[in-house]
Amino acid sequence: MIDEPKITTEPDRLFSSEEEEMELNFGPQHPSTHGVLRLKLRVDGERVVECYPIIGYLHRGTEKLFELHPFFQNVPHTDRMDYVAAATNNLAYVGAVEKLVGLTVPPRARYIRTILSELQRISSHLVWLATHAIDIGAMTPFFYCFREREMILDLFEQYCGARLTLNCMRPGGQPYDLPVGWVDRCREFVALFPGRVDEYEELLTENRIWKRRTVGVGVLPPEVALDYGVTGPMLRASGVAMDLRKDAPYEAYDEVDFEIAVRENGDTYDRYLVRVEEMRQANRIVAQCLDRLPEGPIMAKRPRVLKAPQNSEAYFAIEGPKGELGFYLVGDGTPQPWRCHVRPPSFMNLQSLPELAEGHLIADLVALIGTTDIVLGEVDR
Amino acid sequence: MTDEPKGPSTAPEGAGAEEDEAARARREALEKAQAAKAAAEAAKPPWERDAATPEWSDAAGDPLVAALAEEHPGALEQARRFAGDLVLDLSLDGLRAVVTSLKEHHDYTLLVDICGADYPEREPRFDVVYHLRRVADAAVVRLHVKTDEATEVPSLTPVFRGANWPEREVYDMFGVHFADHPDMTRILMWEGFNGHPLRKDFPVEGVDTGSAIYPEFYEKGEGPVEKAGTGWLVKEEEGDG
Repeated sequence: MIDEPKITTEPDRLFSSEEEEMELNFGPQHPSTHGVLRLKLRVDGERVVECYPIIGYLHRGTEKLFELHPFFQNVPHTDRMDYVAAATNNLAYVGAVEKLVGLTVPPRARYIRTILSELQRISSHLVWLATHAIDIGAMTPFFYCFREREMILDLFEQYCGARLTLNCMRPGGQPYDLPVGWVDRCREFVALFPGRVDEYEELLTENRIWKRRTVGVGVLPPEVALDYGVTGPMLRASGVAMDLRKDAPYEAYDEVDFEIAVRENGDTYDRYLVRVEEMRQANRIVAQCLDRLPEGPIMAKRPRVLKAPQNSEAYFAIEGPKGELGFYLVGDGTPQPWRCHVRPPSFMNLQSLPELAEGHLIADLVALIGTTDIVLGEVDR
Repeated sequence: MTDEPKGPSTAPEGAGAEEDEAARARREALEKAQAAKAAAEAAKPPWERDAATPEWSDAAGDPLVAALAEEHPGALEQARRFAGDLVLDLSLDGLRAVVTSLKEHHDYTLLVDICGADYPEREPRFDVVYHLRRVADAAVVRLHVKTDEATEVPSLTPVFRGANWPEREVYDMFGVHFADHPDMTRILMWEGFNGHPLRKDFPVEGVDTGSAIYPEFYEKGEGPVEKAGTGWLVKEEEGDG
């Protein structure tokens, strides 16, 4: 064992200058902001005194576009919000439409949806882990994670032909049945994946540098997390065991056995552990769904043109990879939604970033942007 | 089908009674067929039936609604339910008190979302819609308040810090102002943008890139011009030199 390096742990003496504070622009064109996030920082030496996020650089007016298109044609728009987790976006949207018009989805379609969204959760977490690790300076996990993500994207491609913008669900059911041999290929992945998670953990979990960079960084107490509307793995890492898959089950989640990953400390390290555990649990869910996959139809009886009831509204939320992803739909009796609002988890989670960042070093700020797991396509819509 | 057809020519009475008899037989046969069809429909699994269109129902009897109505008389205008969602229509003045009470006495500790909706035919034209969630059982309650451009909505930032960004988004997209908000600026559009994109009277294709959104650059009604033969938009048409 090597001795712990003897460095001063009084960061105030190390990084703080006696001189005046400085304003610093961080982003929008900066690789570690995961897109086009801009932060206006006030720094005292290396220390962040104030952090003010400026968003909107990727705003495309998706909510306006929703009002223009019929319910069936809006599914592709949802792909382009959280573009590393298209399947869960599809699921939240079609679920909201089904709630609004009162459609019931056949069991086989519910299971296929559950499989797709859990695979999507794994792939989203893999992108997060890869980029988060590379932000902090660990290069290897990136290659490992993208190796497995590639296998998931291949499965998606075999199912619906697309790898990222899947467009793989429809109001009322599924557009396609699983192709021949897909279940077996998915089983191969499911059998192999837990070993691969062990590999990531071997690289990071007890890694001394990783722990020094993450333990105790960006602590989010549970009451603060709730106050900011933070959901998903970030909330669960703060000790609040809220998971809509358990609390308000949709699709086939009430028929499978899994555990909610919860940690107590609410720091960057715990958020890492929660997401790693979620990947394992998601893999378990996929395995169970493959075993129990029922036969039968994949599409409910639905009209050719879906019209929402006059003066109707519905809110439907799912547990997306990043937190509560919800759609609020207002119908006015026409085939288009009168209003479609997205409740993006990244948007609300990003709001807590100043709370996390203030007092930390700029180098930790990069780790904190990584740990909030934002996708700017969803923040800006 | 119960009314007799009342034509201008009156038939003999005997014939009318006979027709009545025939009509009743027809109606009974029809009802029988309909009942059989309904029974067959009910025997089908739900996904093969027609969509079960949800309907509004009154939710005044809900324990939460009763408690809120007692705590804040006058704030609660209506309580209804649609597709399983509890919807409370609130008065603007009572909004913050009801939300505070929901948070502190009824465990709705998670502010899920705030969004706006525009109904230009209606007076006042905007809805601001709040979703609150109880962490223990994930129950959601939806609150509606009505407002217009001139009326400020009390900001929820003193109750939930997380209300900051969603309220800015509502302001940005609809032009609804929030009183006591710490930072009432645009969030998704840029500062200086003119208009509120999610209003129904805002064109989907957007406004032109000229004076409508860059009033400091262009005269009223002016905009960029195409540089001859290139398709590029430039501020002023230049000569060949």
